[in-house]
Amino acid sequence: MTTILETQGLTKRFGGAQVINGIDFRIDAGEVRCVIGPNGAGKSTFFKLLTGEHQPSSGSVMFLGESLNGVLPHQRIQMGMSIKFQIPGVFPELTAREHLKLALHMGRDDHPNAIRQMLADFRLEGEADVQAAHLSHGKKQWLEIAMAVALKPKLLFLDEPVAGMSAEETHATGELVLSLRERGLTIMVVEHDMTFVKQIASTVTVLHGGRVFAQGSLGDILARDDVADIYLGKQS
Amino acid sequence: MNANTLPSSRVAVSRRGSFVAKSLPWVAAALLPLILDGSTTNNLAYSLIWAFGAMGLAVMWGHAGILSFGQTAFFGLAGYAYGVFTINFGEGWMSTSTGLLIALAVSAVLALALGYVIFYGKVQGVFIGIVTLSTTLVFETFMAQTAGPQWAIGAARLNGYNGMSGMPALSLPWSGGFMAIEGVPFYYLILVLLALVYALTRRLIGSTFGLTLAAIRENPQRAEMLGVDIRRHQLLIFIYGCTLGGLSGCLYTVWGAYITPSSMGLTAAAMPVIYVATAGRKSIGGAIIGTAALVWGSQSLAVYSSEYAMILLGAILLLVVLAAPEGVLPFLAQLLRRIRARRRAAVRAQTQPMPRRSEGN
Repeated sequence: MTTILETQGLTKRFGGAQVINGIDFRIDAGEVRCVIGPNGAGKSTFFKLLTGEHQPSSGSVMFLGESLNGVLPHQRIQMGMSIKFQIPGVFPELTAREHLKLALHMGRDDHPNAIRQMLADFRLEGEADVQAAHLSHGKKQWLEIAMAVALKPKLLFLDEPVAGMSAEETHATGELVLSLRERGLTIMVVEHDMTFVKQIASTVTVLHGGRVFAQGSLGDILARDDVADIYLGKQS
Repeated sequence: MNANTLPSSRVAVSRRGSFVAKSLPWVAAALLPLILDGSTTNNLAYSLIWAFGAMGLAVMWGHAGILSFGQTAFFGLAGYAYGVFTINFGEGWMSTSTGLLIALAVSAVLALALGYVIFYGKVQGVFIGIVTLSTTLVFETFMAQTAGPQWAIGAARLNGYNGMSGMPALSLPWSGGFMAIEGVPFYYLILVLLALVYALTRRLIGSTFGLTLAAIRENPQRAEMLGVDIRRHQLLIFIYGCTLGGLSGCLYTVWGAYITPSSMGLTAAAMPVIYVATAGRKSIGGAIIGTAALVWGSQSLAVYSSEYAMILLGAILLLVVLAAPEGVLPFLAQLLRRIRARRRAAVRAQTQPMPRRSEGN
């Protein structure tokens, strides 16, 4: 199976603090991988190392067989990564339609039909010409995901995609992620919401103390007592 | 109700109405020389000259979020470039039109160099204003000390604070020779150029490039995560906006046949920002009308005292910042829309049939 993303010995230090401590990680094509872990596990820093917001202190990140050392964030996107951020980073004065037009343009397909289709797929038809500042939180999250998908990525990062969503919206987002997997998209999700993780994930990576604590199928991970312990703060 | 839900005949009427409203200022401007005397037309041309730089600033600031205080650096440099070239190569349509192109090229190259330092050096926000303001002040200071005879490029003396003068007007080939474009023809030249630049700028803003700029203005980090090369986009629009500042400077030099370092000074540097802030930085058409009106007004007052004009401009800016931060013209447009909406609502209320007693219960 084709390896989409791979890290080897990835570390990150901020001054004297070692936040990421030698992570070896791999995602293959077509996978939906959830990265979970308690607060302070290093999830956000790991995510930023992959997207290029932070540069590693040592180790490497390979994407589709190419090293990402020194590759700028926008260049990583052009290579085929796509990111949905935790906090919706929409463009307040642009409409939903304009967001998708721009994202589809960056994904090399801004035909009006493609925009209409995306608006329909992400339940944004009714708000197509509404400025993003006036959308509900849930709609902003979907607009974010829609923009990330519109880039036609080879790897889609979703950083806490259901943060702040209602149970109904969370479930709908889960269905959306599953439909994206059916289309063959490789997806990496960083998430706290275990209901959502159970809905979408086949493989889970647990981070703890800046390293991979456990990895395996969702059922195996949920059955491990030591994973439950780190969430309850019993193990450090 | 949005345009999609209107009957097609009403959409067509609405579009026609909008086209007529947009064309009206241009038609009025084209007819003005027929009723104005030559001197007033000449002054009107002067007022419109500043609109190129204002449009450039409106695109950079209002649409791309780059506030530059450096329009005057390009204004002055283009003026000097035109002067140096045409004084050396003489009058005639080839010399003057090449001089104009060279002035624009010099502005663009300076904008490229300065913009590269700014955007690739990660200078952001208010610091862009400081860097661009410093640039124009450096140029002013440098040009002010070029009084000695050693400061000459060929036949063109830079002449220190007194400035350079005596450059020829733009001209057209005419029966084996050339014809200088002055007076009313110069006014029409400005008007045609203005219409062309306006159309080009509108097209630019309406394009995906313009949409990308708006996204960068709204949230640069997010735009970058869509794969947008922010620095390249900012640099390109900076070059465009600054070159329009250069076009203003070149035409100003042609109009008055002189250019001085004070055109790059602190007071001058504040003017484009005041014009654009007052008119409305997000409105390209507003930038033209507002700038022309303010330049015209301040020139009319300057006849009595230049201080009056400065005090008035300062007061207008203060008032606008406090009462209509988006600018006077967008404020007026919004006011007009509200009045129309109220009238429509009132008409609807009058024409709607009264509910029958049985429906009300």
